[in-house]
Amino acid sequence: MNLILVFEQLLNGLQFGVMLFLMAAGLTLVFGIMNLVNLAHGSLYMVGAYLTVAAVQWTGSYPLGVLLGLLGTLVVGMLLEVVALRTLYERDHLDQVLATFGLILFFNELIAILWGRTALFMSLPSYLQGHIEIIPGSIYPLYRAVVIGVGLVVGAVLWYVVAKTRLGMLIRAGASNRTMVAALGINIRLLYTVVFGFGAALAGLAGLMAGPIYAVQPGMGELILIQVFVVIVIGGIGSIRGALVGALVVGVVDTLGRAFLKPLLGHFISPPAAEAAGPALASMLIYLLMAVVLALRPEGLFPAKSG
Amino acid sequence: MRARTLVLAACVLLLLAVPPMTTALGQLYYIDLIRRVMIFGIAAVSLNLILGYGGLVSFGHAAYLGVGGYSVGILAFYGVHNGWLQWSLAILASALVALVIGAISVRTRGIYFIMITLAFTQMLYYLGISVEEYGGDDGMRLKVKSQFSGLIDLNDPVASYYLALALLLGAIYLVHRLVHSRFGMVLRAAKSNEARSRAIGFSPYPYQLAAFVIAGALCGLAGALLANHTAYITPAFMDWTRSGEIMFMVILGGMATAPGPALGAFALLVVEDLLAGWTQHWQVILGPLLVLCVLFFKRGLAGLLPGGGKDG
Repeated sequence: MNLILVFEQLLNGLQFGVMLFLMAAGLTLVFGIMNLVNLAHGSLYMVGAYLTVAAVQWTGSYPLGVLLGLLGTLVVGMLLEVVALRTLYERDHLDQVLATFGLILFFNELIAILWGRTALFMSLPSYLQGHIEIIPGSIYPLYRAVVIGVGLVVGAVLWYVVAKTRLGMLIRAGASNRTMVAALGINIRLLYTVVFGFGAALAGLAGLMAGPIYAVQPGMGELILIQVFVVIVIGGIGSIRGALVGALVVGVVDTLGRAFLKPLLGHFISPPAAEAAGPALASMLIYLLMAVVLALRPEGLFPAKSG
Repeated sequence: MRARTLVLAACVLLLLAVPPMTTALGQLYYIDLIRRVMIFGIAAVSLNLILGYGGLVSFGHAAYLGVGGYSVGILAFYGVHNGWLQWSLAILASALVALVIGAISVRTRGIYFIMITLAFTQMLYYLGISVEEYGGDDGMRLKVKSQFSGLIDLNDPVASYYLALALLLGAIYLVHRLVHSRFGMVLRAAKSNEARSRAIGFSPYPYQLAAFVIAGALCGLAGALLANHTAYITPAFMDWTRSGEIMFMVILGGMATAPGPALGAFALLVVEDLLAGWTQHWQVILGPLLVLCVLFFKRGLAGLLPGGGKDG
């Protein structure tokens, strides 16, 4: 009985970790290759969720809505790169942080103008509702299981593209020596735009999958963005492998902490004290984890060799 | 340099003249606004010490506003209204928190430093939200403002205005003296070339950490002021957008200049106030405005003063 509860919470942690990974992969790629700190990555997550809600309402079809939402986020991402971010590649991190901070204000307010500040509800088609039995005696929401599956598949595809294809080779080459790649006749600006667009689409995917689970509202992107930073710091900046490990660790630790820290503390300290300290400690857990990792390995678990 | 000193002296005179002028015109709102500007000015001045002179891009400076504010609020919650105690605790607690955050984050560089300071501030933000005892998400009201043994009454808007002004000028002077001391020389040397400053025998870490702690403590003082200004303390003091705003004030005013951060605080908050009076969706205008400032206005407002962007 108790074990089943732990198993379910582990799956929830995995599901959260997978979403963190989709965000972290795009962010870490953009940082590793373009050396750009993009705070507005969370805005793309939000844009993905909102575009999908709108597209599902407009078309009346969930798969079509998802497809349009993803394409829309891809386009928004590429436009953003061409209009605003391209000029920031040569600037220092401080300028990048401030400029993308300005973009966040803009996006949050724009969304609030278009859709209002109240949270939207994203409905699921009937075939994604309901539960499945993963191990005997435990039923798990089908949709969350699908999220985990999609995340793992996207992760595998991402690994294949970066490690095995010509595009991936160009991406890795661009990360280690931009000038040399350009000298070999590769249109590096186009490459950057494409990479940024796909990073945006990944963030959009995370956002649209988050829609039915969490609230779709302005500012939703920044809540997850800061957790994604923790993921990246733990995993090592610029490393996809690090992003995966970091995301799963953070997802599981955060979820288990919220679920079990309070009852666990109750065994050691008085229940009222546990009642007060449990939630506080649970919400701080991933940051404490980050502090410990940094104290032991300042470059993160999987420091990228280049970039 | 002469003209620059005159302009700055004129600014101070203008600030001194705000309360009588606004009282005469019946526009008391502006005393409140400018006092808020000056409190954030102190926060920005403290950030400038590490960001402008030390090259440490801290994206978590709002944490100390929160620690300072909650120090006042929590003591008041338990019936301790003595301002000397409250404000000392605000400074000490902020220094301590800065010491812990700094000890871990100052060892890292560049983007790691930005993300880590941001993450730790977010941690404190969530801590503020989850502690129900002190109001949690809703925050807590400061029913009685800090009492300074009858020396100054913070309920009087004009008196607290002049207190904020005095502390702002004091903070600017303190940071100015610090960066021109031996300590400040090492701090600036480490910013401009870490390898060389190591080569001449100065390990930057203790100096940077000390600067980080001083900046935190000074910002904690601003937090104590802010708590008395709003008479309400919420986790929103530590919101990450607050950190971003304080950072912007420094950049907008001019990094590594003595008057810059205060000018930046003035410009940003007054522009915000004007836009907010015009449309509720002011952020949609402010955001791109900030982007344009970063791209095209690198020298900051202090660069427009006579004497240019050099520190005076």
